Amino acid sequence: MAADRRTHRSHVSYIDKSRNYYGAHGYPQAYQWAYNHDVPFASLQKPLNECRIGLVTTSFFERTVDKKAVAGAGSKEPYAALCDDALGGLYNKDLFWDKDNTHTEDLDTYLPINRLREFADQGRIGSLAERFYGVPTDYSHRRTSRRDAPQILEFAQEDELDAVILVPL
Amino acid sequence: MSLVARHLEEAGLPTVVMGSARDIVEECGVSRFVYTDFPLGNPTGKPGDTEMQSAITGTALDLLERAWEPRTTVQTPFVWDPAANNDWREHFMKVDDSNRDALAAAGEQRRVAQASVKAEGRGRG
Repeated sequence: MAADRRTHRSHVSYIDKSRNYYGAHGYPQAYQWAYNHDVPFASLQKPLNECRIGLVTTSFFERTVDKKAVAGAGSKEPYAALCDDALGGLYNKDLFWDKDNTHTEDLDTYLPINRLREFADQGRIGSLAERFYGVPTDYSHRRTSRRDAPQILEFAQEDELDAVILVPL
Repeated sequence: MSLVARHLEEAGLPTVVMGSARDIVEECGVSRFVYTDFPLGNPTGKPGDTEMQSAITGTALDLLERAWEPRTTVQTPFVWDPAANNDWREHFMKVDDSNRDALAAAGEQRRVAQASVKAEGRGRG
């Protein structure tokens, strides 16, 4: 099969798109995305089939979302909740995703609780933690780094997790 | 979310991010990243396709086990629409002459709303 040819990279640059999009909204300053040269790396300390795995989402329970709040105003707090309580679905209509081309009615398309429980049943992982965690998508790096990230680490330590899967919507 | 992953890694907890906004995650820099080239909303597989969801989640587990250095990205082999529907790439956050005025008006409306939130003291610094 002949190789395809393109003048642009295939994957979407959301940094480029959002800069143009919010520029068109009249915001004079482009959002400053997080950039890091150095990246930390931790290895598993035991075989995966003995590990307790945790999940982190950017979705919330509908009752905890202040729908009158302006997005990014910092009205949400990080939380921990039982995976069982998420099985009916979570609220993410306030988040920025492609509502014209897909939907989030199937939990396992953005928070694979059922799929990970199957992996636990098959012995691929030790277990999925009973709790999952939610973290706000915040415009403030400071709030994410100084408030949310330490809180998620604290939850993970309470639950004695061995590894964490994070799924931003 | 990538900032949270970095914080956990710094504390010695291995992580893997699953997502569809490749540039945002890679610019922030994470240890392990499972990238699926889908419209934003279904980073762990298409609705109703449990086989695909298992494959993508399984790739995240593979990375936890096998990645040996940071910035390890694996792109899953799935495409959104086999009939080569790439419209979603152009459509999302589109800016052109058809919507430029509407976007400017929406921005203005939003700034007014934000100013009133601030005036009421509901916002946070």
